[in-house]
Amino acid sequence: MTPVIDCTSVYKIFGNNASKLLQNSNGKVDAKTFQEAGCIVGVNNATFSVNKGEMLVVMGLSGSGKSTLLRCISRLTDATSGKILIDGEDICLMNNKQLIELRREKMGMVFQNFALLPHKTVIENIAFPLIIKGTTLDNSMHKAREMVELVGLKGRENYFPRELSGGQQQRVGIARSLAVEPDIWFLDEPFSALDPLIRKEMQDEFLRLQSVLNKTIMFVTHDFDEALRLADRIAIMKDGIIEQLDTPAKIVLNPATEYVKKFTQDVPREKVLRVNAIMDGPVQNAGSNSISSDALLESVAEKILNTQEILSVKDPKTNQVVGSINQSKVIKILFGAQ
Amino acid sequence: MQFGILLIVFLVLYFSVSHEEGNYFWRLPPILKAIPLILNEFIYKTVYSWFPIETWDPIFEMYETKSGFRIATQYLSQSLNIAITFIRELLLGGTKTIKLLISDSFVSSHGLHWFAIPWPAFVAATFFLGQQLGGFRLGLIGAIGTFYIAVFGQWVPSIETFSFVVITTPICFTIGLSLGIWGYLDKKIEIALQPILNVMQTMPQFAYLVPIIALFGLGDHAGSLATIVIATPPMIRNTILGLKKVAPEVVEAGIMSGCTKRQLLFKVLIPTARKDILNGVNTVIMQCLAMVVIASFVGAKGLGLDLKIALNSLKIGKAAEAGLCIVIIAVVLDRYTKAWANKANDYFADLNFYQRNRFWVLSIASLLIFSIIAYVGSTIFSKINYFYIIPIEKGVSIGPYIDHAVDWVWETFFYALNDFNKFFIGNILVPMKHFYLGMPVIATFVFAMGVGFIIGGWRIALIVCGLLLFIAFSEYWDRALITMYMATFAVIAASINGIIIGTIFSQTERGSTFTPIARDIFETFPSFVYLIQVIFLFNITDTSVLIAAVVYATVPATRYTVWGLKSVPLQLHEAGTMSGVSKFQRWSNIEIPLALPHMMLGVNQTLVFGMQLVILGALIGTEDLGQMIFSALSRPDGAGLALILGTFVSFITICVDVIIRKWAQDRKKALGID
Repeated sequence: MTPVIDCTSVYKIFGNNASKLLQNSNGKVDAKTFQEAGCIVGVNNATFSVNKGEMLVVMGLSGSGKSTLLRCISRLTDATSGKILIDGEDICLMNNKQLIELRREKMGMVFQNFALLPHKTVIENIAFPLIIKGTTLDNSMHKAREMVELVGLKGRENYFPRELSGGQQQRVGIARSLAVEPDIWFLDEPFSALDPLIRKEMQDEFLRLQSVLNKTIMFVTHDFDEALRLADRIAIMKDGIIEQLDTPAKIVLNPATEYVKKFTQDVPREKVLRVNAIMDGPVQNAGSNSISSDALLESVAEKILNTQEILSVKDPKTNQVVGSINQSKVIKILFGAQ
Repeated sequence: MQFGILLIVFLVLYFSVSHEEGNYFWRLPPILKAIPLILNEFIYKTVYSWFPIETWDPIFEMYETKSGFRIATQYLSQSLNIAITFIRELLLGGTKTIKLLISDSFVSSHGLHWFAIPWPAFVAATFFLGQQLGGFRLGLIGAIGTFYIAVFGQWVPSIETFSFVVITTPICFTIGLSLGIWGYLDKKIEIALQPILNVMQTMPQFAYLVPIIALFGLGDHAGSLATIVIATPPMIRNTILGLKKVAPEVVEAGIMSGCTKRQLLFKVLIPTARKDILNGVNTVIMQCLAMVVIASFVGAKGLGLDLKIALNSLKIGKAAEAGLCIVIIAVVLDRYTKAWANKANDYFADLNFYQRNRFWVLSIASLLIFSIIAYVGSTIFSKINYFYIIPIEKGVSIGPYIDHAVDWVWETFFYALNDFNKFFIGNILVPMKHFYLGMPVIATFVFAMGVGFIIGGWRIALIVCGLLLFIAFSEYWDRALITMYMATFAVIAASINGIIIGTIFSQTERGSTFTPIARDIFETFPSFVYLIQVIFLFNITDTSVLIAAVVYATVPATRYTVWGLKSVPLQLHEAGTMSGVSKFQRWSNIEIPLALPHMMLGVNQTLVFGMQLVILGALIGTEDLGQMIFSALSRPDGAGLALILGTFVSFITICVDVIIRKWAQDRKKALGID
C-alpha cells in the first residue's frame, strides 16, 4: 500500500544562500559549519512515511525542528530540498492553485494558539474552510453544526472566541480542521497552551475522535508522555535529525541513542508496554491461566507477578496461544537495569 | 565623552570662521536657487499646456484647446463639489442637486425644493446612533453636542463642515487602505512609501495650498484635496501596522483552510486588523477637522470660513464660538468612531427585524415625527421656522462673554505683560536668534552630523547631511535658521511643560482619562484663535508666535509623557516600592528613565506641532520660512516656492525625527522594554 505521506531526504535550511550551501555539502550537513556560514539548519535529512489511518507523533524539544518539519509537509514553508509525496504526488512541485485544491480537499490543521478568527462566531469559524471552498452557506452551516456536536460544543454555536476557555477554543479549532473531512490531519502542539488537567481531557477526546474517524495524522508535541499515549509511531527529533522512528513500545524497550534514552529512562513501563511487546515464544508446560496479548502491562502485572507459573498468552481475537510470559521476565522489564 | 568633544569642536568653529560674504565655511553658495522656479515652470506647464485637447465650449460655441491635465482636474473638482453639495442639500435642503438631474427651468417653474431635515430629527438620530455604538452615555454626549450646535445658531456652517468631512473621509479611507494593503503585500513599496509619508506628514499644511490653488482653483474641492493630502498618510500607516499585527498563526490557519491570496486578504487579514484600521479612520476624521480653518483659506465653506471672517474683523468672540463648534464636532466624531472601532460584533441571527435595524427604524420614525412638527411650525412662525434651523442671529451666543473676558485680561494685565514681553525678547529671544544666525554653516553641519553619527552611525549622519545640504544650497538658509531657533525654543519649553503636566496627570486615575478629552480639545481647536488672543497681549512679535507654539505643542508632549509613564512595567514599580522609595525617588529613578524613550518620540510630535504654529506665526509677520511661504501666495513663482520651502520645514523636522527615533529605539532595546 502506498503510504499517504512519503518523505525522502527533506532538508530545510534557513539563510540567504541555503540551497547553494546544501548542494555543495553533498549530503553531509553539519549544523556548526552551516551556522558559521550564516545559515540555520531546521530539518536535516528527514526520511519517513505515514500510512493510511496511522498516527505519527513527531516529538522534540524547542528548536528540534519538529514544527519546521510539519510546516514543510503542509507546505506552509518550502523545503530547501527533498521529495515530499502526498498520495503519490510530489507537493514540492505543485503550483499555488494545486496547493489550494489540496488544502481545501485533503488537509486540515490545528494550531497551538487556536488561530481562530476573532470577528467570527464559533459556527462561522468552523464553517470557514467550507465557505472558502465555495460550498453554499446553508450546506456549510449544516456541516458546521454537525462538527459542533462532534466536538461537544453544542449550545455555544453563537459565541465568539473571546467568550470561550482555552480548551473550548481548541475544540473549535479541531472542528474547523475536520469540517472539510480531510484525509490528512496536521496538529501542531494543539494542547500545549492548555492546563495539564484540560490537556488530559483533550487527549482522551482526541483518541475518541480518532477511533471514530480513523484519519492519517501527523501530530507535533514536545511532551514525551503525550507522544506515548497517542502515537502509533513516534519520531524523536533533535537538531533537525530524526533520532529514532518506532512504535512507543520499541522505543521504550530499545532506545537507539543516548538522547532518546534520556526520555525513556523515566517512563513508567507498565503504562506503555503491552504483553505482546515483551512475551516469549509459546511453551508446552504453560499453566491454565492465560493473558490477553494486547493488555497493558499494568493491568496484568499483578496477576503475573503473583504466581511462579509460566502463563500462556492468547490473541484476544483468535483465542489462539501466541506466546508465554513469566514472573521473572516482567520483573526484568519493569525493574531491571536499563 | 563624545558629546563633549563635539561641543568643543563646534564652539571652536563657531568663533573661528569669519563672517564674510564669499566664505563658504560661513554660508554655502546658493547653487540650488533655481529649483523653485523650475518647479513652478513645471507646474504651470502641466496645468496650461500639457496634453492639449480640443474641447467644445458651450458658452462661446467654439472649439478651444485646453490642456488634458486641466480637464482632468476640472472633472475631479466638479465631482468633489457635487458630492459635497449633495450631502449638504440632503441635510439642509436645496435645489442644486435636483437641478443636476432635472433641467433648471423645470425646477424653478414648479418650485421644486428638496426639504431640509429638521434639526431635532438630527439630534435624535445622533442619540440613537451613539446608543447603538457605545451605550446611553455616548448617545447622550452626541445628542447634547448636536443640540448645542443647533441652539447656538451654528447649524448651517456646522452642517457645511460636516458634509465636508463626510465626503473627504471615505476618499482618504479608500486611498489609505489601498496603499496600506499594497505596502503590506510588497515590502519594496513599503520601503519606498516611508520617506514619502514622512515628508507628507511633516510639511506645513500651508505649503500645499499654493500648488493646489494653482492646479484646482478655489472652492470646497480645494479644501478637500488639501485635507486628503494631509490625512491619508496616517491612514496608510495604521493599515500597515494593523495588518502586521495579525498573529502569524491566524494567517497560517487561513492558508491551511485553502484561501486564495484574495480570500486571505479580505476574509482573514483585514477583518482581523479591523481595530487598527478603524483607528486610522478616526485619525483621518480628526485631521479633517483640524484642517477646517486652513481649508477655508482655499475656499471651503463652513465653520472655518466663519472663523476666518470673524478673525479678520477682529470679532474674537464669534471666532471662538465657531472654534468651539469645531471642537464639539471633533469630540463627538472621535468618540463615535472609537466606539465603533472597539465595538465587538453583535450577534444578529437571533434578533428580529426591529432589533437588528433599531437605529434606522428609530431615526426614520423621529424624522417623520419632527418633520410633521416642523410643517406645523411653518404655520405658526411667519418668517423663520425655528424647527428647521435656528439662524445665527437668533441663536444663543457666548461670543460677547468671551469678548468681555479678553478685554478684562487685556486691561488688567497689560503693563505686566508688556514688561514681560520686553524682558523676554531682549534677554532670551534676541540672543538666541543672534546665536543661531551667527553659526557658520560648517559649524552647524559638524554639530548636526556629529550628533547623528554618535547616536546612529554613518547612515544617520549622512541622511542629516543630505537633508540640510538641500536647504543650505538655497537662498533661504538664514530664514531656515530663524525657523530653527523658534522651533528649538518651542520644543524645549513645550517638553518641559509636557513632562510637568504629564507627570501630574498620570498621578491620578482621573488625570489619565482626562487627557484624551483635553487632547481632542487642544488638537482641534483652531490654533488661529488663541494666536490672535496672544497677539493682543504681546503684539506682533516672536513672543506671540512662540507662546502660541508652546501652548499648542505642549499637548503632544503631555500625551507622550503620560503614555511613557504608563508603560513603565508594573514589576519595576513594585521593586521600587519594596525598596522603600520616596515619591520623588520613584519619579527620578524608575519612571523618568524608563519613560524617556517614549517621551522622546513625543519630542518629534512636539516639534511637528510647534513647527506648525511657527509657520502659522508668519501670518503676523515673523521673518522665517513661514512668512516666505505666505508671501509666496502672491508671487509669480509662488507655487513652486511654497512647495520647496515646505520641504525645507519638512526636512528640518525629519532630521530631528530620524535622530530621535534611532536614539529611542536603541534605548528601548537597552532597557528591555517593548
